Amino acid sequence: MNTATDPKRQLLRQLNDILPPEAILTAKEDLHPYECDGLTAYRHLPLAVVLPTTTEQVQLIMKTCSRLKIPVVARGAGTGLSGGALPHADGIVLSLARFKQILAIDTANLHARVQPGVRNLAISQAVDHLGLFYAPDPSSQIACSIGGNVAENSGGVHCLKYGLTVHNILEIKVVTIEGELLTIGNDRQDTPGYDLLALMTGSEGMLGIVVEVMVKLTVKPETVQVLMADFAAIKDAGDAVAAIISRGIIPAGLEMMDKPAIRAAEDFIHAGYPLDANAILLCELDGTEDAVSDQVSRVSAILKAHHAGTIHIAKTATERARLWAGRKSAFPAVGRISPDYYCMDGTIPRKHLAHVLQKINDFSQIYGLGVANVFHAGDGNLHPLILYDANRPGELEKAERFGADILALCVKVGGSITGEHGVGHEKLDSMCVQFGEAELEVFHAVKRAFDPDELLNPGKAVPTLHRCAELGAMHVHHGQLSHPELPRF
Amino acid sequence: MIADNDITSTLQAQVAAALAAQQPLAIIGGGSKAFYGNETSGTALNVSPHTGVISYEPSELCITARAGTPLQDIEALLAANGQMLAFEPPCFSPASTIGGVVAAGLSGPARPWAGSVRDHVLGVKLITGYGKVANFGGQVMKNVAGYDISRLITGSMGTLGVILEVSLKVMPRPVTELTLTLDMPSQEAFELTTTMRRSTFPLSATCYFDGCLYLRLSGVPSHVFASHRKIGGEPLNNADQFWQALRNQTHEFFQQYDRPLWRLSFPPATSVISRLEGNSLVEWGGSQRWVYTNIPVNLIRNIAHKGDGHATVYRGSLPGVNPFHPLTDNMRNVQQRLKQAMDPHGIFNLSRMYKDW
Repeated sequence: MNTATDPKRQLLRQLNDILPPEAILTAKEDLHPYECDGLTAYRHLPLAVVLPTTTEQVQLIMKTCSRLKIPVVARGAGTGLSGGALPHADGIVLSLARFKQILAIDTANLHARVQPGVRNLAISQAVDHLGLFYAPDPSSQIACSIGGNVAENSGGVHCLKYGLTVHNILEIKVVTIEGELLTIGNDRQDTPGYDLLALMTGSEGMLGIVVEVMVKLTVKPETVQVLMADFAAIKDAGDAVAAIISRGIIPAGLEMMDKPAIRAAEDFIHAGYPLDANAILLCELDGTEDAVSDQVSRVSAILKAHHAGTIHIAKTATERARLWAGRKSAFPAVGRISPDYYCMDGTIPRKHLAHVLQKINDFSQIYGLGVANVFHAGDGNLHPLILYDANRPGELEKAERFGADILALCVKVGGSITGEHGVGHEKLDSMCVQFGEAELEVFHAVKRAFDPDELLNPGKAVPTLHRCAELGAMHVHHGQLSHPELPRF
Repeated sequence: MIADNDITSTLQAQVAAALAAQQPLAIIGGGSKAFYGNETSGTALNVSPHTGVISYEPSELCITARAGTPLQDIEALLAANGQMLAFEPPCFSPASTIGGVVAAGLSGPARPWAGSVRDHVLGVKLITGYGKVANFGGQVMKNVAGYDISRLITGSMGTLGVILEVSLKVMPRPVTELTLTLDMPSQEAFELTTTMRRSTFPLSATCYFDGCLYLRLSGVPSHVFASHRKIGGEPLNNADQFWQALRNQTHEFFQQYDRPLWRLSFPPATSVISRLEGNSLVEWGGSQRWVYTNIPVNLIRNIAHKGDGHATVYRGSLPGVNPFHPLTDNMRNVQQRLKQAMDPHGIFNLSRMYKDW
């Protein structure tokens, strides 16, 4: 090959002009840590990993890649669960891990300007002494970065009351594929022109690279209470959730776990969960002392009316933290009881909860794979964890089909294939279930407006029309894949 | 009773005809916000007959309705169930539609505390620039499948597609509301609202007008009354009427038509700007400032710019002036490309937002 025109060599030469040698990784052993994100089932090695430290460097890198038509996959902390940061074999991984500064805290306008590599929890810790916090708290908040949160529009257990990432960021600075720097949004209550802040949030690195984020800070509530209720019937727990919300109470968090999830979490964390319950609800109420004590009694009454067994109110901050720790560690806890697990992220209208959980159990029987369910019950976001063993031939594929069936079911009852984890590499086929040609056409048009050569995270988030057509054709030709007894769409 | 009238196929046929003839369309709802933004020329596409509530279950905190459904009917339905549109969209006439609420993206007095229109948009059904009916978002609070077209559409003034249906998050009405009035100079009002931003008072709206600061408290009774004791001030009678008048701009301040009405948007803790005092009204804890003025356009936009803000000609036309604050070059390019991508044949509400597209 003519080395002068070999894009890889050209790329490395030009990267060397932009970055110091230690910020460019090309040796295989250095690339391995970047071969996957939190979804470890899919792995690729990129051409190179770059670790810039300034916005100017990011702009130059983008200009270079744009000129040489080299794909760019942005990466934050690499905790994503949908393979959004899965490298492209012919492209580079652009890591924002070294953008670690909290740049400014504005206590008059209640916001903080931070670099994208700052950890979610680090923001709340930095403003804790001011009586403030950053509200979205994905379970991975000790590790995940704010830049990744923007890319995925991350949620957490407090979304029902405090909103998602999109509701809690004010402005972002974005480098386009051409290397231009855009400032999107502001610290006012509105912005002239189109709402590009909403469009960029959750766009999974497909439209630009976030290099700075202004987050909204929220005043910490005076007091917080956590209730735990156990139920013999999942349906009762679901009905209790609907009843709480119908009565005009918006809890800060409202979480449900089913029996397998309770057991796994209890074995792991010893949170004090009742092992004989079929479901538990965790309900967090916050506000002023008076308001919270009023709500605690109203919620308790509703829970009792819906056949809760015991209702336990955390007496101390430590106990409260322990109750949440069980929920937040549900994923690693399940990781201890199964060699592998596959985490799903569908959302459903809450009223369909009992029906959907029943169906998931049916699928579990059919596929012969176990499942544990944790559920952001307040906002309808379901996380079934499918248990499998990747060392057994065919089990991963079975788990994937099981997962796809769950997502199709979520769409069928009026929900979505992903509430907070994103589509990434993983759910491309499920996108074809949720969206048709009319929607995909618009998604592709938006992508073209920002990235006409499709260099930003290519092949993720939005499937091609062709892929969906093939998938549709496959269903037509082969009936209903491997399990004709399963309802699919 | 809200009429159940689905005219999707008629609207889609009109869009198809417009695409075939390369003939621009002017999308019309209730026409109550026609004064806002630029005029657009084109064949009228009237969405207001497209009415009906598709689904509403209070426990799901979501309502889905056809775009032509009157806003006041939706508000009445929600109120009957103890719920509301927490962003308090203005209802300028009984004809105002829910589609117009989303297209214009205007929020009312509660905006800084309850969130904006787009914060409550969960999904939209559109006729796209390709002439197809497409569904984005949905009826669930969390949904990150595909780009967030629903929130992008919000406030796009009908330039990116025809809104057929919207799904909005709804919230419970507060148990108690109390409005306090405090007579004080503007500087003191600024200082008080700045301090209150760091407090846990259940503030849900503010207004400073004619030497008086109005504070609305919303929440459970004990919290509201305890806050009153700490803040002081006189309770306002008929407070509902006051906030409704502000929201729908029937308040006396909004009845002047001899000069253009400017809307200035600032970071909330922007101090009092003396050039903008006088014939003005301040809302949103300092973020939204209404001013009647004949100050030249460049000067007022400069004042806004210096305060990290922007200035919109809200009502009253100034020849040659774009009502919306000019965009930076690179933002204009991106937005223009987006418009071209979503409306490739250039048929939706041309120039309604910016003259360039």
